[in-house]
This record gives sequence, structure tokens and C-alpha cells, in this order.
Amino acid sequence: MANVIRAIEALADVIIANKEKLTELDAAIGDADHGINMARGFEAVKAKLKTAQPDDIGAVLKLVGMTLISTVGGASGPLYGTAFLRAAAIAQGKTTVDGPMAGQMLAAAITGIKERGKAVQGEKTMLDALEPAYNAFQYGLSMNKTMAECLELAVNAAQDGVEYTKTIIATKGRASYLGERSLGHQDAGATSSYLILAALTQLAKKQSQAGEP
Amino acid sequence: MKKMINHAEQVVEEMLQGVVLAHPQYVKRVEGFNVLVRANSPVAGKVGLVSGGGSGHEPSHAGYVGKGMLDGAVAGAVFTSPTPDQVYEAVRAVDGGKGVLLVIKNYTGDVMNFEMAAEMAEAEGIQVAKVVVNDDVAVENSTWTTGRRGIAGTVFVHKIAGAKAETGASLAEVQQVAEKVIANVRSMGMALSPCVVPAAGKPSFTLAENEVEIGMGIHGEPGTHRETIRSADETTAHLVEKILNDLPLSAGDEVAVMVNGLGGTPPMELYIINRKVTELLGEKEIVIAKTFVGNYMTSLEMAGFSVTVLKLDAELKALLLAPADTPAWVQY
Repeated sequence: MANVIRAIEALADVIIANKEKLTELDAAIGDADHGINMARGFEAVKAKLKTAQPDDIGAVLKLVGMTLISTVGGASGPLYGTAFLRAAAIAQGKTTVDGPMAGQMLAAAITGIKERGKAVQGEKTMLDALEPAYNAFQYGLSMNKTMAECLELAVNAAQDGVEYTKTIIATKGRASYLGERSLGHQDAGATSSYLILAALTQLAKKQSQAGEP
Repeated sequence: MKKMINHAEQVVEEMLQGVVLAHPQYVKRVEGFNVLVRANSPVAGKVGLVSGGGSGHEPSHAGYVGKGMLDGAVAGAVFTSPTPDQVYEAVRAVDGGKGVLLVIKNYTGDVMNFEMAAEMAEAEGIQVAKVVVNDDVAVENSTWTTGRRGIAGTVFVHKIAGAKAETGASLAEVQQVAEKVIANVRSMGMALSPCVVPAAGKPSFTLAENEVEIGMGIHGEPGTHRETIRSADETTAHLVEKILNDLPLSAGDEVAVMVNGLGGTPPMELYIINRKVTELLGEKEIVIAKTFVGNYMTSLEMAGFSVTVLKLDAELKALLLAPADTPAWVQY
């Protein structure tokens, strides 16, 4: 449980630290608020985690999802909020996470994002980072790799996904208004998804080196 | 960045306080939320109209809260859709028992947040309908985009659906007339200089001294293309041509025209633009029933303008000309 709260804090810190970078990416092909909105949301998450005492991982993730929905705004609020709520449903009553469960949570989160955003992979959105990440994570599991190793595979795939968004035309979100002018720019939402996975991976590596599960 | 503000993160809160202090006869604050509703809300026996969106478009949307237009306006962070809980509170506050119509500008975030709010309100037993405004012809409406953006034409939806609601019409009837406005309204804008989102502190795009962006949206999101600045007449002619290509009009048709400033363009220039719009429509023998020139849907301090043309029939004309009494739209 402490690990999960630490993980949420770690990913919140990464988003907050990258507030300007995400905003700049959004300014190029969107409306220049992604970093500002995400940072505001994760500041609120950190504040809530200081006082709340969730009983299980599901409760932690539900708190994160509800907080993001009510503080982020834009498209990112409903999308990330829905993602965390869906993951929360998988983690209800659980106090530890193993590899297969983490895979299920990621799958549920992705399904939630697709339903809320009516989007699929290849439209220059966060799904272009998350879907390859999920596939890589599942591949890692099938090769009996540790959670940290699976996450490492996932984050590498997400990074490739972010690079891939530079090569495609946006068909969802504000960047879609630009048509071909969105080419060459990386998607801000895919980038924030990558950053979240990167933060989780960093933490998992540290914990596995420290001998924690 | 030079801005007359106190704290970047407090701009929406302090603006809302200022609006309520300026217009207590029109609006009141829903305590604890960034929601302004009519001072006498909820109005019993009338469909409630709620709109909103990111802040920075003032007087949209709170300026249109009052008799004959909106019942509630939800203010998001600057250029950011308000969250579902905020929209939900607005719906609750204005529901007078006949249901609530949500007027949404077509942006991914706005549509998602307002839809989530509608689901919450319906779960509480409040009847909710929604319309999505997409008047901006600069954006291709195809399966390859999110669809056209909602810009200044939204204000005509507020006016006409608001007037319809005032007659005691049902939620379905008010929704229907709002849809009719949306089907008949087209806009297009352009920008001469960017705006600065307070929390970002720097322009979200840059334009060279002699460069303009055609098709600019109201959030500083890029338009269709950039070009070297041309005269007011030439630029206006380009925008009007794009609008009329999309909204075929014949001699004798009646329209309403809105020449809208984006915040940093003086009324002098807007009137110069309106002169050309009127001339171009006159050449085609299109009858202008009413013209609106001013800042209706702004983009902070952006310099630029948009032109909106609304094709009228007898019903739309009567509702457009019906009385309204709000902070930003007073009409007898």
C-alpha cells in the first residue's frame, strides 16, 4: 500500500516537474494548457493523499481519478480520470499488485480512455504511447520477466510511441484542426502518458534494487 | 508578459467576483463553484439554459446570463473546459422543473466534460438535453478531424434558444430551435497577434510583424494558414467568401451578421470590417436583418476578428429580435 501511494506521488512529481515542457508541446499544435492542467490536477492529488487514508489500492486510484476529473478540466481530466477509475475497479480490495494484475489495470485504463475519447491508436493521442506500452508489458509477462523489467519494456515502447506521434497527422483533439501541419510535432498527451510510465518504472527499479517486491 | 492581474492562478476566481459585484441585479454565484446563474434562479416553468467553457472569452459566457438568454454559465480555467462537477452544479441551480439545455462549443474537452455532467444530472432525475455548436468553417468537418470548432456563432445560439425558452417552450422545442441556429450559422476568424494565457506567461504562438493567421480559433490554436497581412477589405472578403461557400445564400435571403473582436482589435477596425461585410452581402442582394459589431467571444488580448453569418427564417428572426436583458446584451 505504501508503495502504491509512493508511486502516485512519484508520477505526480514527474508531471509537475514537466509542466512547462508539456505546455510547450501543446502550444505547438493545441491550446497550450496540457502541462498547466495536469500539474494542477496532480498537485490536488498530492494534497488529498496527505490527509486521506484509503484502505486499498482501489481506493487510492479512485481518489486519484475523482480528483483528476474535478480539477484538470479540458480533455485530459475526463480521460486520465476515467483511466484511473477503471484501474481502480480492478484493484478494489487489493493491497498488493503483481504483474498480471498490473497488466489488467493498464488494459482497463486503456479501454476507459478509448470509450471516453472515442479514439483508437494512430490518431496522435495518448493511446499511441499506452497501447504499445501495454503490448510490451504483456510480452514481458509472457517471458516471465519481473515487474520492473516489464515496466522497462513498456516505457521503451511508450517512448517509441511518442516518437511515432511526430510522424502522423492528428485526427482527434485540437491538433486535428491542423491537418498536415500537425506533422513533425509530438503529441502532448502521449508524452504525459510516457512520463507517468517512466516515473513508475524508475520507482519499480529502485524498489527492486532495494530488494522490495 | 504585462497583464493587469494579481495572481495567475487566481484570475478566474477574481474575475467572477468582479462580475458578481458589477452585475448583482443579473447574476449570483453558486457558492463554492465557478458558476454564475441568474439572480432569480431557478426560474420555475422555464427550460434552463447552461453554457460555459474555458475562461478568457469574456463576455462569453457569463455576460449572457439574464432574461432572454442563459440561465447559467460555467467558467473553466483559462481556455480549459470546466469540470463535470462544476457543470452539474450549474444544471442543478437552474433547473426550474422543465429540464436544462446544455449549449456546448465543439471541443473534445468541452464535449466530454459536459457529457459527464449530463450523465450525473440525469442520474439525479434532471432532464438534460445538449447541443454542440460548430460554426467555424476554417476547420474541415470530416471523419479526419474532431469536427468544426464552436466560436462566435455560439452567442446566436444563446440568444435564440434563450428567447425560445422564455416563451415557455418545452426542452425538446428549445433544443430544436438551437439545432436550427447551429445548422444555419457559420463563422470564420483570423488573428494579427497572439494572446498570453496567464498561467503560461508567454504567447502560445508567434507571428512575424507582417504576418497573420487565417482561420485562427479562439484559444490561440493555429488556423488554416499564415499569410502576409492584407488590407481589411481583402481579408474580410476572404473570410466572407469561405463562409458563403459553406452557407449558400440567394438573393432575398435574410441574415444576421456579427463582426466579433477577439479582444485586442479596436472597435474602429471592427466597423471598417463591417463596412465591407455589408457591401459584399449587398452585392449578392442578401438582406441583413440585424448587425452586431463588438467583442462578443474574445480570446484574451488577441488582436483579430471573426465574421459570423446566420441565415434567418421567420422564427429565428423573431427570436433574435426578442428582448434580452443581460450584462453584455441588452435589447428592447
